[in-house]
Amino acid sequence: MSRIGVFVCHCGLNIAKTVRVSELAQFASTLPDVVVAKDYKFMCSTPGQEMIANDIREHRLDRVIVTACSPLMHEQTFRKVLAASGLNQYLLTIVNIREQVSWVTHDLDEGTAKAKALLNGAVSRSRLLMPLTSRVIDVNPDVMVLGGGIAGIQAALELANTGRKVYLVEKNSTIGGHMAQFDKTFPTLDCSACILTPKMDSVLQHKNIQLMTSCEVSEVKGFVGNFDITIRQKARYVDHNKCNACLACTEKCPGKSVSEWDEGLVKRKAIYIPFPQAVPQKPVIDREACTFFKKGKCRLCEKVCEQKAIDFGEQDTFSTVKVGAVIVATGYDLMDTRDLIQYGYGKYPGVYNALEVERLFNSAGPTSGKVTLRDGSEPKAIAILHCIGSRDKNSHEHCSRVCCMYSLKFAHLFKEKTSADVYQFYIDIRAAGKGYEEFYNRIIEEDVKFIRGKVARVAKSVDEPDRLIVEAEDTITGKFIKLPVDMVVLSPAMIPRSNAKDVARLFNLSTDKQGFFMERHPKLAPLSTMSEGVFIAGVCQSPKDIPDTVAQANGAAAEALTIVVKDKLELEATTVMVNPASCCACQNCVRVCPYGAPFFNEPKGVSEINEALCKGCGLCASVCPSSAIIARHFTNEQVLAEMEGLMEF
Amino acid sequence: MSFEPKILGIACNWCTYTGADLAGTTRLQYPQNIRVVRVMCSSRINPSFIFRAFQLGADGVLVGGCHPGDCHYNTGNLYARRRLAVTKKILEFAGLEPGRFRVEWISASEGNKFAQVVTEFTGQIKALGPQTKFKIS
Repeated sequence: MSRIGVFVCHCGLNIAKTVRVSELAQFASTLPDVVVAKDYKFMCSTPGQEMIANDIREHRLDRVIVTACSPLMHEQTFRKVLAASGLNQYLLTIVNIREQVSWVTHDLDEGTAKAKALLNGAVSRSRLLMPLTSRVIDVNPDVMVLGGGIAGIQAALELANTGRKVYLVEKNSTIGGHMAQFDKTFPTLDCSACILTPKMDSVLQHKNIQLMTSCEVSEVKGFVGNFDITIRQKARYVDHNKCNACLACTEKCPGKSVSEWDEGLVKRKAIYIPFPQAVPQKPVIDREACTFFKKGKCRLCEKVCEQKAIDFGEQDTFSTVKVGAVIVATGYDLMDTRDLIQYGYGKYPGVYNALEVERLFNSAGPTSGKVTLRDGSEPKAIAILHCIGSRDKNSHEHCSRVCCMYSLKFAHLFKEKTSADVYQFYIDIRAAGKGYEEFYNRIIEEDVKFIRGKVARVAKSVDEPDRLIVEAEDTITGKFIKLPVDMVVLSPAMIPRSNAKDVARLFNLSTDKQGFFMERHPKLAPLSTMSEGVFIAGVCQSPKDIPDTVAQANGAAAEALTIVVKDKLELEATTVMVNPASCCACQNCVRVCPYGAPFFNEPKGVSEINEALCKGCGLCASVCPSSAIIARHFTNEQVLAEMEGLMEF
Repeated sequence: MSFEPKILGIACNWCTYTGADLAGTTRLQYPQNIRVVRVMCSSRINPSFIFRAFQLGADGVLVGGCHPGDCHYNTGNLYARRRLAVTKKILEFAGLEPGRFRVEWISASEGNKFAQVVTEFTGQIKALGPQTKFKIS
């Protein structure tokens, strides 16, 4: 006989809207062994927790069922209540009636019926639960940061400064990310390179940071506290230990390809460093562009290299790093605006995207900071088009947040560098940020023309074939505008990296509708993920500006630190055990376990489990023909009892 | 009254259960006939669980795990895949209609897929009608 207490949470109206909570509690009280059943508005609040604690004492409960949100959300919260009330924490059962009931139906009857079935299953299972003891493991003190943009750089430096070893993994041959491409940053007009490059250098110099460029994560094993991450070092064909960065090779190289750093506006060599301030300052060979790789002869770089650093035979190599926590800061891509054919990007040379324009402004860019069109002439009229693919039901619904501000910055820089008329075509100006509204007012004063209306089309001018016509409806005057300009700047949607899905799968992250990585809780755990020990920072979570990105990076570093600062971590007690009396000595368990936890004890003639190695998946329990292996907390009897309960209603 | 099937879902903690939570967090709507049992790994699923579910009167059983190769426990779902394929054959050999047992790989980021699979599967089971082959009354 058990004494079960059932506690039904309303979660405000989150649950109560589509589940009749008091009816559910009433139903619970009719179930066998349930001695108390209550409902309450917010079970996770202090009064809710106290109610459970009081009832454990008053009713001498030996099992507790909380019918609320997902166990992934508050199982730990309620386990602590049990533990503090002297009850083993594994005697708790969570029934998920929010994420898997009330949020996925609008029907009160359906919701209530399903909640009853789930609760009935939980009561059946609850009776069979056993008290268990958590295991304690050692925590690896190191951290891996994935992505070497400003978010990754900031997080890595913060952690390294606390004395932690940090592996900073970057897929490109240099760190810096998108921020390295910018000329000025809004609203202060700070030079981007001036604030970023010292940080890049600090990363390189920091004794606690191991910088891993041209690297990608290929496999993630392990758990919070002890991740084993396999990293693929892509072949660079240049031995960076030998290279002294004289760059003689890059001068001689005849191979060419488009410069990613200059957004394809100019070419770079096949052996190259992406930009003069790149970190590390060591070249790599682009296999696709290299004459030797394409035609089998050339080797000019090899000939001029005094250090004998060129190695055409280099292969990708794999290494494993062991860390206790991970920060994912993989950033964003701009959407491909060629998909929006009405704007003529890729068709008309006068149409640019925002990152290309950043490069035009940059003194280290293809035009040395001069604003000229592709034919070398200076534009006389420039239209900046906001919300290209953002805030657009046909493309991306989300607001990319930074475009209004950088478009204002562009207007200022155009005014500074040219005598052109500058037009902003906007839907709304969103200037919410410290000093942003003031910056907006400043730009209005600078004789920039604001036209409230989304551009319908960019077309070639009939009268002046070199010019473009921007067609839009000015929604303030109601007039249809056809504006002749020389240059059109598109502010495209920021979208997740093209490989974000792969990263999500490697680290078991959830993604939102747009594909950005999902936080554990949108308000209260914005940097943690559903994957314990994996944190997110920067635009990979959602579009944001540099100050917010840096703040998040610092936060993620602090969160990662809370894990690796401890020597020990408490682990789930859900391991397996062998009942030696039933073991038939087939050794199936020994063969299938990915961790080598079961071993065969020859003298005794039975399998035994090394619990330190067991992760609790339960694989061995289901291959055991004699059911001698018991998966704690998920025993055959417990699972079957839950199923029986579920199927009764 | 129209036939409302009982569908048992068995989902691994790391991928499909989290994916099902994500369907909720993003407020996707799907039929409420499914009741999900959480296990740590799809490899924990003993074929007897599936047989028992049909004996208990489940009209359909849906198993969800991580994508092959992405198992939280490295290789668990590869064993599950083979074992459940055999389970399906046995069930069908014993006379169960092929559409009643389904295995899907649904990751933690695939809330959409979870909702879509459940919707589709529920429709399929409704079309098949009540399961009587194994049900012990």
